[in-house]
Amino acid sequence: MLHEQELKTFVEGTTNFFEVTAQQPASIGSPYLMEGSPAVHEYTGVINISGKRQGVVYFTAPKAMLTVLLMKMQENDFSHETMRDLVGEVANMISGNARRDFGRDFVISVPSVLSGEKPQLPQKPGMRSFIIPINWRSHSAKLIVSLT
Amino acid sequence: MSNSNANAMNGSTKRCFKLMIVDDSNLMRRRIERSQQFEDLQLVGTAGNGVEALELFKKTDPDVVTMDITMPRMDGIECIGQLVALKPAVRILVISALADKATAVEAMERGANGFLNKPFTDRQLNEAIAELMR
Repeated sequence: MLHEQELKTFVEGTTNFFEVTAQQPASIGSPYLMEGSPAVHEYTGVINISGKRQGVVYFTAPKAMLTVLLMKMQENDFSHETMRDLVGEVANMISGNARRDFGRDFVISVPSVLSGEKPQLPQKPGMRSFIIPINWRSHSAKLIVSLT
Repeated sequence: MSNSNANAMNGSTKRCFKLMIVDDSNLMRRRIERSQQFEDLQLVGTAGNGVEALELFKKTDPDVVTMDITMPRMDGIECIGQLVALKPAVRILVISALADKATAVEAMERGANGFLNKPFTDRQLNEAIAELMR
């Protein structure tokens, strides 16, 4: 069972990135639960978690959102590699927040990145995920928390 | 024209510091390079991991280093110790998403001089570098 405080840590790690880096806060949509493999956008940052909890946290965003975010960061390179770097950095910051709040009981991996048209998220059968929509300007990304 | 050349031509004696940026993300390296606003800080190179950073450090002898922690091949903590062993006077600013105290303490114990959490604003970066160069 995912605790509210744990969810809050992951959400804050994500929204803090938008607020500080883009100087424009993101808002949170209504979270929902789903079973099975959630659909993701073109770019996804992945953090594996073990120790006291087992599972995965994903930040997945569409290319259009990342492009605007890069513009807000005064970045001129909108290549595939830069998009991957950007979702990797967001995942990195979610991971950093989690380490600070959860301590050494949670073993949090170095973030990795998935990209492409329809990347499939590896999901254990019966595993349920919390999906938290992250809305920023006219775009929407998702934070997916799958922990047991 | 580089700052050091400009200073030489003006007869200025103002010291120019050499900067090296270490981060495994190209995006973050460019961000730090673009955001730092010190005329007397000249970028001598960037590296994507600790091993590259050590090689570049030996070639360019920087005075100021910004250092990520989580990197492939050699992480920032290990790299800081090696850089300080090569040049004890080097000033190192850790710029990392690892927000826990233990990481900051470990970096300081290895010889880092400052710690800036990601994400950061341009102002926070420049204040941290100014503190480092004081």
